[in-house]
Amino acid sequence: MATIDLANFPIRKLNAELHSLKPDTNDTHWRVLNPRGQHAIAVGVDAPVTIEVAGHVGYFCAGMNKQAHVVIQGNAGQGVAENMMSGFVHVNGDASQAAGASGCGGLLVIDGNASARCGISMKGIDIVVKGSVGHLSAFMAQAGSLVVLGDAGEAIGDSIYEAHIYVRGQVKSLGADCIEKPITDRHKAELTRLLEAAGEVDGIDIGSFRRYGSARNLYHFHVDNIGLY
Amino acid sequence: MSAEDHWKHTVPRKSATFDDYAISEIRRAATTGIYDIRGGGAKRKLPHFDDLLFLGASMSRYPLEGYREKCSTDITIGTRFAERPIHLKIPITIAGMSFGALSGPAKEALGRGATAVGTSTTTGDGGMTQEERAHSQTLVYQVLPSRYGMNPDDLRKADAIEIVVGQGAKPGGGGMLLGQKITKRVADMRSLPEGIDQRSACRHPDWSGPDDLEIKIQELREITDWQKPIYVKVGASRPYYDIALAVKSGADAVVLDGMQGGTAATQEVFIENVGLPTLAAVRPAVQALQDLGMHRKVQLIVSGGIRNGADVAKCLALGADAVAIGTAALIAIGDNDPGLEARYNAMGTTAGAYDDWHEGRDPAGITTQDPELSARLDPIIAGKRLANFLSVLALEVQTIARACGKSHVQNLEPEDLVALTIEAAAMAGVPLAGTNWIPGSRPG
Repeated sequence: MATIDLANFPIRKLNAELHSLKPDTNDTHWRVLNPRGQHAIAVGVDAPVTIEVAGHVGYFCAGMNKQAHVVIQGNAGQGVAENMMSGFVHVNGDASQAAGASGCGGLLVIDGNASARCGISMKGIDIVVKGSVGHLSAFMAQAGSLVVLGDAGEAIGDSIYEAHIYVRGQVKSLGADCIEKPITDRHKAELTRLLEAAGEVDGIDIGSFRRYGSARNLYHFHVDNIGLY
Repeated sequence: MSAEDHWKHTVPRKSATFDDYAISEIRRAATTGIYDIRGGGAKRKLPHFDDLLFLGASMSRYPLEGYREKCSTDITIGTRFAERPIHLKIPITIAGMSFGALSGPAKEALGRGATAVGTSTTTGDGGMTQEERAHSQTLVYQVLPSRYGMNPDDLRKADAIEIVVGQGAKPGGGGMLLGQKITKRVADMRSLPEGIDQRSACRHPDWSGPDDLEIKIQELREITDWQKPIYVKVGASRPYYDIALAVKSGADAVVLDGMQGGTAATQEVFIENVGLPTLAAVRPAVQALQDLGMHRKVQLIVSGGIRNGADVAKCLALGADAVAIGTAALIAIGDNDPGLEARYNAMGTTAGAYDDWHEGRDPAGITTQDPELSARLDPIIAGKRLANFLSVLALEVQTIARACGKSHVQNLEPEDLVALTIEAAAMAGVPLAGTNWIPGSRPG
């Protein structure tokens, strides 16, 4: 295992080393010590490696991740796993705003709560939040799924496109063009798969979730919908 | 009317306030119940570079020989932090315009034309296409609020990165690409269903404000190993503060887009009533750079209504390092071609006025995704025209620079300029012609 102590190792050098990894690298397990809330840790990685970050991270940790399995053993600042393409990012603590923003693929799991705009503009990423999410989560969400085991704040799914939202707790309010939809067998299978991937195999009743998605009334601009904008 | 009646009645008089256009817009709004959407930039008459003149050399300054003494035009962008700054042969770049708003052949033509003369072109809201990358020697990749098509591979393929905060046609506004232009390919690139209206957000999803932007720039630098120059593009609204904050955020270069700068589509009321004319924005931007000791260290690229070499030269003289052209580039490759007049007439418009670019029915094959219309544009011929146009601009700038005694076009300076109107003098910070009066300047 490669161990990098950020107390005396620049982030720029860490990222450069991670970027230089070949697809068949033997350095498949990295441990990053003393992150101390620094920004842009392990961003732009494109290799099938595991990176454990031992502590809290600042903004954009694991941004634009491809392939890598990044575990943040603490809380994550704004935009964790933003624009992730593939791989797996796991936050053991809470996440700040815009977690998984505009993510295109892969799985983001947040063991704690996620703040506002979780999954904003998501484009194919799957996000599982074991706690609650803040306001305007899944804003303009295009594709992928957001699973919330706790509650959701105001205006979830505002201006949503084709993303799927599953919430087990209370939803404070739905955003524009977001409606509750029935959970079919296909959705149950999707939800089960995501919960299993997030390590929540037992003790969760799939039937306790409600599904939300687009009413598709705003897909074509029309003056009669002006009150919704 | 009898001859005697002429002594009893005045001639019909139309209101200067309720002119033909204003009246037609009231009728249009009353009929449709929706605001007018169009492409392009501000069409109203604005103080512009035509209101400035160069003085030329005389007793106190020596001109350079037109065809013998060298007047350089090259420029390097990204010298502040980037390990690989970009070097352009001319200080005239192609502004960001998306594949989606523009057809594939149009994007290819822009790349071909820019590459032929050694300058850069820019992606747009919709990501990078293979064709565009292949035909553009120097390609600037835009990071926009929508993040359509954004991915780290294209980020690394780019030669520079441009974070778009706003654009001159609509500072503070997002975008809307109507469903008729969302073909399968455009939809796939943007992860959206085919044929729906595509909205572009006005704010970035993962940062807000200059403190966040500083961290966002750090992230992009880290992802690309500090290789690429990072630009920040703003629409002209509060240029002094916006440019200062962009510098504070760590930008290598700033793009400042005035309200004459075009858009693929937005509300007419937005285009004509929000933002500053380009002329009014340049000097405050330069002042901000000078106050921070960053003029020429953070490069300033100005766009919005640049039409000819004189406009370029005036921008440079006011302190810009380079300019970007969008509308002029589209015209050069065939937009609003009078040869298509019958087709424009059929759509209720005329060559030179066609601006319903959002409808995707462009007979020139430029602002469309219709395969049949797109096929009308030959990207090789169109690219050659753009290259010719860019060469003419560069030659014109050199002509003016030599007349002012400059061995590099970047040596043009405000002292080479005077203004024809009080407004232009105040905005550009140069004397009213024939006087030493700069309106608004403080004595001492």
